[in-house]
Amino acid sequence: MSTPMRTPIGPIDIEAERDLAFMAAVAEQSGQDLKSCYQCGNCTAGCDYSHDYDIPVHQVMRLVQLGRRDEALSCRSIWLCATCQACTTRCPNNIEVARVMDVLRHMARAEGRTPERLVKTFADGFLASVARHGRVFEVGLAMAFAILSGKPMQDAGLGPAMLTRGKLAILPHKPGGEGQREVAEIFRRFREGPRHAPGGTKTTAAPGGEAAK
Amino acid sequence: MTATLGYYPGCSQTGTAAEYDISTRACMAALGIESADVPDWTCCGSTPAHTVDHFLAGALAARNLTQARKAGFSRVATPCPSCLSALRTADARLAEPAYKAEVERLLGHPAPEHVDAVSTMQAIWEQAGAEGVRAHVKKPLTGLRVACYYGCILNRPPDLMAFDDPENPVVMDELLRACGAEIVDFPFKTECCGAAFAMPKLNIMTRLSGRILDMARKCGADCVAVACPLCQMNLDLRQGQVNAATGNDLRLPVPYFTQLMALALGLPDESVRLDKLVRPLEPALEAARARASKPAAGGVAPKEAKTCA
Repeated sequence: MSTPMRTPIGPIDIEAERDLAFMAAVAEQSGQDLKSCYQCGNCTAGCDYSHDYDIPVHQVMRLVQLGRRDEALSCRSIWLCATCQACTTRCPNNIEVARVMDVLRHMARAEGRTPERLVKTFADGFLASVARHGRVFEVGLAMAFAILSGKPMQDAGLGPAMLTRGKLAILPHKPGGEGQREVAEIFRRFREGPRHAPGGTKTTAAPGGEAAK
Repeated sequence: MTATLGYYPGCSQTGTAAEYDISTRACMAALGIESADVPDWTCCGSTPAHTVDHFLAGALAARNLTQARKAGFSRVATPCPSCLSALRTADARLAEPAYKAEVERLLGHPAPEHVDAVSTMQAIWEQAGAEGVRAHVKKPLTGLRVACYYGCILNRPPDLMAFDDPENPVVMDELLRACGAEIVDFPFKTECCGAAFAMPKLNIMTRLSGRILDMARKCGADCVAVACPLCQMNLDLRQGQVNAATGNDLRLPVPYFTQLMALALGLPDESVRLDKLVRPLEPALEAARARASKPAAGGVAPKEAKTCA
């Protein structure tokens, strides 16, 4: 909240610094026509997270248009997007902006960039729970996150209210048939690849692969 | 089997949002909407899956579409907007050959045929509607002032969700109005509550949920009706955290819209499960009864709301 907003665009040599492979990869993986963004700022105006972003979403779009890969992939904003779809809903050029933010996060993940470590920890923990049980085990996820986050007491105060209302299921609620095994198989095949290469770079690291360990 | 509508509960509805599942099933049954569970369903992948990989997200959702198809359902209703979004996104993107091929590799079997995933709100709206609900109301919610909060993704993006208005949705308003409730003019219907950031970024959730609750109060609502298990958890269970962060002392009940409907339909307590709410609904119902017994007392604060919107 107190992090000052960065001014990402100083004097630059646009032609020399643009990464064409990155621009093409974002366009291909998001399926969006990025050229059609004319910087109206509607996405940023409606974004509930602009308050917490280091780079507002319309400027993230501009960085992608300019092929400024490093700045786009290192910002915190791509981790703080909640995919609430306000931007996609309001874009006058029908760009699925939230999907572009998703793709940038995939690329950042593949390169091990995690400026918002706990956001990644939560997503990984959620998917690990799904990989293990076939469904999310909420209590297990909350306990694991409390330990991994280094903030074990943050939600401790919620315990009594949840206990008295029977909201703490102590055991995972598992699918009845082959579901648990089939979901585990999906995660196994996902880890094995073949990988589509995020960011247009050759990588053998499966993004989110550690999520399912 | 007789039901042609599949029902996909979603993980939250087996745990923290059990009352959403229970009241949804009870309302559908009371309104004569038949459905049967998608057998052996698994997690849809929700938000975490698509933030990690779009193919993984597609496969986790498509497995459930496959289960629905195997059981003979071409239409599946789910109470959870996040599940709905995952199921509809996967179904739409399976039309792209390259996407479908990678999802099929992850699934280990051919992708399912098209399945029409809808919200249970949509199923209730289309199969019963306001008139159908009104015909079944036994205990109208007279005098109860409700802020209808739809959350961010129930109707967005509109091209994908194809139901109700993405900026000013009205279906929940109409259903609860049919139950006799007074719907307040609420400008934050689709603002985001902070979603899954409550654990990793508590300050973001408290800021966003805080202004939603504050707006509901300023609009004169007795309670905030919701349609999403994550919204409900942030606004109700975490209302104490919100108050601590914002310096407010709000005590607004946050029932699922189906719990209010179940009340109006005169369903038994075990179908409504108000005991599951952290902020009790009883004071709101008490205020409504008092208001109903001496009509034209008025006194909402819409002026304040307008200047703050």
